[in-house]
Amino acid sequence: MTILSEQTAKNLLSKVIAYSKADEIECNLNGAVGGNIRYARNTVSTAGEESDVTLAVQSSFGKRVGVATINEFDDASLEKVVRRSEELARLAPENDEFMPVLGKQEYLSTPTFVQATAQVTPEDRAQAAQNSIEPSKKDKLIASGFLEENTRFTAIMNSKGLFAYNTSTNVDFSVTVRTEDGKGSGWASQNFSDVKLLDTAKASQIAIQKAKSSVDAKEMEPGKYTVILEPAASVTLLQNMFNNMSQRQADEGRSFLSNKAKEGEDPEKVAKNKLGQKLFDERVHLYTDPQHPIAPYSPFGSDGSPINKIDWIKDGVVVNMPNSRYWAKKTGVPYVPADGNLLMAGGDESLEDMIKSTRRGVLVTRLWYIRSLDPQTLLYTGLTRDGTYYIENGKIKYPIKNFRFNESPIVMLNNIEALGKPVRIEGGMVPAMKIRDFTFSSLSDAV
Amino acid sequence: MQRRDFIKLGGLGVGGLMLPLSGRVISAEQILDKPMDVAYKKKLADIALNAAKAQGASYADARIGRYLNQFVTTNENRVDNIVNTESAGIGIRVIANGTWGFASTSNMTPDSVAKTAERAVAVAKANSKFQTTPVQLAPVKGVGEVSWQTPIVKNAMEVPVKDKVDLLLAVNAAAMENGANYVTSILFLVNEQKYFASTDGSYIDQDVHRLWAPFFATAVGEEGFKQRTGLGNPVGMGFEYLDGLEKDKIRIAGASVGYGNSYDILEDAKLAGQQLKAKLKAKSVEPGKYDLVLDPAHLMLTIHESVGHPLELDRVLGYEANFAGTSFATLDKWQSGKFQYGSDIVNIFADKTQEYSLGNVAYDDEGVKTKEWDLIKDGILVNYEATRDQVHMLGQTESHGCCYAQSWRDVQFQRMPNVSLKPNSKDISAEDVIKDVEKGIYIAGRGSFSIDQQRYNFQFGGQLFYEIKDGKIVDQIEDVAYQSNTQEFWNSCVQLAGKSDYRLGGSFFDGKGQPSQVSAVSHGCPTTRFNNINIINTARKV
Repeated sequence: MTILSEQTAKNLLSKVIAYSKADEIECNLNGAVGGNIRYARNTVSTAGEESDVTLAVQSSFGKRVGVATINEFDDASLEKVVRRSEELARLAPENDEFMPVLGKQEYLSTPTFVQATAQVTPEDRAQAAQNSIEPSKKDKLIASGFLEENTRFTAIMNSKGLFAYNTSTNVDFSVTVRTEDGKGSGWASQNFSDVKLLDTAKASQIAIQKAKSSVDAKEMEPGKYTVILEPAASVTLLQNMFNNMSQRQADEGRSFLSNKAKEGEDPEKVAKNKLGQKLFDERVHLYTDPQHPIAPYSPFGSDGSPINKIDWIKDGVVVNMPNSRYWAKKTGVPYVPADGNLLMAGGDESLEDMIKSTRRGVLVTRLWYIRSLDPQTLLYTGLTRDGTYYIENGKIKYPIKNFRFNESPIVMLNNIEALGKPVRIEGGMVPAMKIRDFTFSSLSDAV
Repeated sequence: MQRRDFIKLGGLGVGGLMLPLSGRVISAEQILDKPMDVAYKKKLADIALNAAKAQGASYADARIGRYLNQFVTTNENRVDNIVNTESAGIGIRVIANGTWGFASTSNMTPDSVAKTAERAVAVAKANSKFQTTPVQLAPVKGVGEVSWQTPIVKNAMEVPVKDKVDLLLAVNAAAMENGANYVTSILFLVNEQKYFASTDGSYIDQDVHRLWAPFFATAVGEEGFKQRTGLGNPVGMGFEYLDGLEKDKIRIAGASVGYGNSYDILEDAKLAGQQLKAKLKAKSVEPGKYDLVLDPAHLMLTIHESVGHPLELDRVLGYEANFAGTSFATLDKWQSGKFQYGSDIVNIFADKTQEYSLGNVAYDDEGVKTKEWDLIKDGILVNYEATRDQVHMLGQTESHGCCYAQSWRDVQFQRMPNVSLKPNSKDISAEDVIKDVEKGIYIAGRGSFSIDQQRYNFQFGGQLFYEIKDGKIVDQIEDVAYQSNTQEFWNSCVQLAGKSDYRLGGSFFDGKGQPSQVSAVSHGCPTTRFNNINIINTARKV
């Protein structure tokens, strides 16, 4: 009973709500089935399948809240979980930031579920792995990879008439191909809702090409370079920036979006955050759209609040900052859930176009081990990995040793030279970007 | 993902049960429910092992687990979250046609257990079609029925939730009264009740306890804001770790307090507030070469990243190539018997037996008795960290006991044991180490850390930085990070404090594998000096 239909979920949750004696009750039913296969040294290393379903019940009396969860679904168990959440609520301290549950909501229809992905078998996974291993073996290269797919459902119901239901599928694949002598390494990934789009052989060809072409990398002086960041190279920096856009953190003075009074200004009259300020190049457009055809997202968040299309940064201006329902009410602004797919608009240039127009620069396949250095400036450090190349006069000249970078996405998004066509990565859409003056601080011997 | 961003836990609601360790939420009193009867676990395990053998498995093991977690999160003067989770089930691993297969289920009826074993064999057989090298296991002698428990004094799960909440709120208040504007404090408690059985004839019942009480304080000033996290360590102990005994404190004149086998979290919170005020005014470091004196609560993470990870044999062999990476410490370097990993005073050992450590168990998750062994001896690389199916690749016949799974649901694989730096045989103090430094920096607490996928180039920050001039700590400074290369760094190690300064630090949520699993591991070391290290300044205008 792992993936319940909408009607079955509704019937089950209605039964749970009927047991409630609390002021308010909210139920969250989640289930997932999925499988994975992992290979290394050109052979399968581990594989497995998982399935689980859980019901979480939140009851509240005034500002006291209790949560209990169960994974048994007979009537006695359902009543037991409701009673237990009520007991916990009575024992809990009052939460001053408690917000009542939402009323009935309208949701968008989103294309998050694809039947084919829900029907993958262990044999399909083994074959997909083999399609990646075989060409590497033929080329005397060593492939390691991971393929994972899952199907999920979520249903939410509360005592104020809210009901939400969604199913989704996801498939993730990544492969690293290395030369036998360990001097070359290449990587590629694919991420889809629809397993029919998965082509592990095609992705592996990219990794194979990068492995072969990255052998005998030369050393280059660290410094500021024009870089072409493939989507896998910039996605984490973008996600980290988005995760730091909270209105509350900014209002409290502990974010890159905190606004300080300038000399002579009255701190009481100055906005506490940078909403409405232009902080980035005008081509920067970051947004969420659950109906995106390639990277769709659930139309509701974990409390049942609707997720609609929303801009975060438009024309380089911060136009929305996520908050909580409590903080929105306290500061008298609309509630903006911090949930959704992260999409970045791009341009028309292909990777080849970007290389062609570069006199001197560095092509980066991906960045690794990214860690915060200073949350005030969003300065991050990390390293390039699995294919880094020197570009001269519009051509890739030769592979270069990996660099450590110390850079901020704020600087990155101010120094845009060109944007490519966005592609799906980690559930979002990110374009390749050509960035000037990207800071590399040291060299690494790692391949 | 390398390590879970635990602070994101704060404020998660019903729908956000994205805890680092999976499980269903239960009530506080249920966490004290009696574990499943050992005789019944043996019966279920035998059903699994027999079903696997009947389907053609040449080896099988079953892990019946009940994993309990309690997380309490507070912010300033409010409780954000109290979560109790329980996850129980069985994971069955088999070898069929020379290939591994694995399946797990939370449904522990005899019929379901047998079917899960059959599913594990089916997965092994599906994958064996493309398998080229059969799995080769180092022999393990069955130990019959045995049991073990983490040596705890106060079971943290039995401490009333109210006491825990009161403690955390007092921590927040102490930091805020002394200079912090915002504080998040968290208590993580883990109890793994795990039963292992294998076709080798072992039936091992273990009750493992771990605890971590981190806090994160922020002070907002006119120019910006600064952060300071707690200097306590995650441990394999009960609630007694939070007794904060005077004998377990090491005070460094002009700098911070270090904590040994117990932690005075209230004192640390008070110091955090005061030090935050100093951080807001502290001068920015002048980049250049300095001699570094590293406090154990900082150095533990450098050991973790630059020694613990590169000596994991699965990384060396390429099994982690697609995720965590490979290793610079290749087999040829080890085989040479001459690879100078560090200076000749560097002696690093591995174990899963140190008292109070996070890795401490009697048997690993494939039934191997845990032990201690040398990784680096007098500066030379002498061994790795390996499991039963790996040691034959080193020409060895005995597993190191490094197998672990984060729950019954996940397949066990090679994980880092405790990896620790031996103290000086002469018992000198941390201040003795500082007093010989002319131009240096003393670093306490773990900060930003980043290292490449083969573990050559790293850059580490910290929590507290103090300038050392002519053997004395003179000023608190800011914006410090050091960049180095693993081998160069360990070869610049020139002085170690003695055994009375030796302390355990640890990583509670170390991530590895695909799908990613967390494990907890400790690193012991004394205060240690490294000469002539490159310091960069991390302040930047944007």
